[in-house]
Amino acid sequence: MANPFASRTGIIVVGVAIGIMATLLQYFGNPPNMGICVACFERDIAGGLGLHRAAVVQYIRPEIIGFVLGAFLAAMLAKEYRPRGGSAPLIRFFLGVFAMIGALVFLGCPWRALLRLTGGDWNAVTGLAGLAAGIGVGVYFLRSGYSLGRAYAQKPASGYLFPVFMAGLFLLLVFRVAFAEGGPLFFSQKGPGSQFAPVWVSLGAGLIIGAIAQRSRFCTMGSIRDVILLRDFHLISGVAGLVVAALAMNLILGQFKPGFAGQPVAHTDHLWNFLGMALAGLAFALAGGCPGRQLFLSGEGDLDAGIFVLGMIVGAGVSHNFAMASSPAGAAAFGPAGVIVGFLFCLAVGLTMRERAR
Amino acid sequence: MSTTRVDARGLSCPQPVVLTSKAIEGGAESLEVLVDNEVSKENVIRVAKKNKMQTSVREEGPDIVVEIKK
Repeated sequence: MANPFASRTGIIVVGVAIGIMATLLQYFGNPPNMGICVACFERDIAGGLGLHRAAVVQYIRPEIIGFVLGAFLAAMLAKEYRPRGGSAPLIRFFLGVFAMIGALVFLGCPWRALLRLTGGDWNAVTGLAGLAAGIGVGVYFLRSGYSLGRAYAQKPASGYLFPVFMAGLFLLLVFRVAFAEGGPLFFSQKGPGSQFAPVWVSLGAGLIIGAIAQRSRFCTMGSIRDVILLRDFHLISGVAGLVVAALAMNLILGQFKPGFAGQPVAHTDHLWNFLGMALAGLAFALAGGCPGRQLFLSGEGDLDAGIFVLGMIVGAGVSHNFAMASSPAGAAAFGPAGVIVGFLFCLAVGLTMRERAR
Repeated sequence: MSTTRVDARGLSCPQPVVLTSKAIEGGAESLEVLVDNEVSKENVIRVAKKNKMQTSVREEGPDIVVEIKK
């Protein structure tokens, strides 16, 4: 059966749709230049659950839940739901941890880097350059035979676990369960965590994006990787669609405010913007997908992608608890140390995980 | 003419594509790439088309075989 979303036109349509929905989510209440940010929103979920106590970034983001459930439903309907796993789960967990540490030094995942750019935040340029550099290093490893080994089919029910976990998070959000006085759950009273679109708008957008991204295989990391590795411009044409649509929408909605200084939830420490995103890019490349793609994969039954997502959520706790996450003032005390440890880990993984046999 | 067989089952993106590209660059004119999911199948077919080669697909139990020829 032909899959219209897998065509060149299909991926561009999906990119445009994501760009429009992300900027509209901002219009409906999500934080500035953060209509969708997979890293930030997983970090907010970690905060809502109390895995870190940064009071300004705590909310159970329905977009993340929608991504997984939308991908799950789309995969089911398309008969692509296929539980599989067993490809170096523990390594993927730590790749997720360090990907998050890097992303929170920059303050955004690749999606948000694009949204920041289209909102006029020029600091995103160094972040995106770092992302491409990190992916470039990952491509070098891929060319020299890097592999985490193959995954195997798992029992049909095992793939339900991650979508059910997400549905459970949604119930926690809807009922705003208070497990103790003063939380958890935690919900920010001020800061980015207190800025959100109505729950059903967020969930609806998440479900739609989850479904169309699953069908089209939309991936920001993959788009840059394929250009470097294969001179293939398929995925990046979708990313281009996102950028053009988001820029147009930001101009229409009055959300375009060009400059370096004073950008929302951003800092101007160019070195660490670059290096933070380079670490994230390398970790995404080694794990085979950007954080959005990992959510869609976990929805269609990829248990290893689910492990990566859990690594990112735990990584957000680590990042905020141990003073590694940046703030608008710039890189935090231990951010650079976290990035350096992350590079050492990723380089060790890249150098040692080799497939010798042809 | 011998057929090169590439086993890319269970490998995550982009390894099926990398293995296929390497086999084509290595001079293989006829190859069979074993994959186990739709995404890998689409990606492998895209690589073959970029190299101006013919593709056909058949199923082999739970796996998918992409046959690629000059």
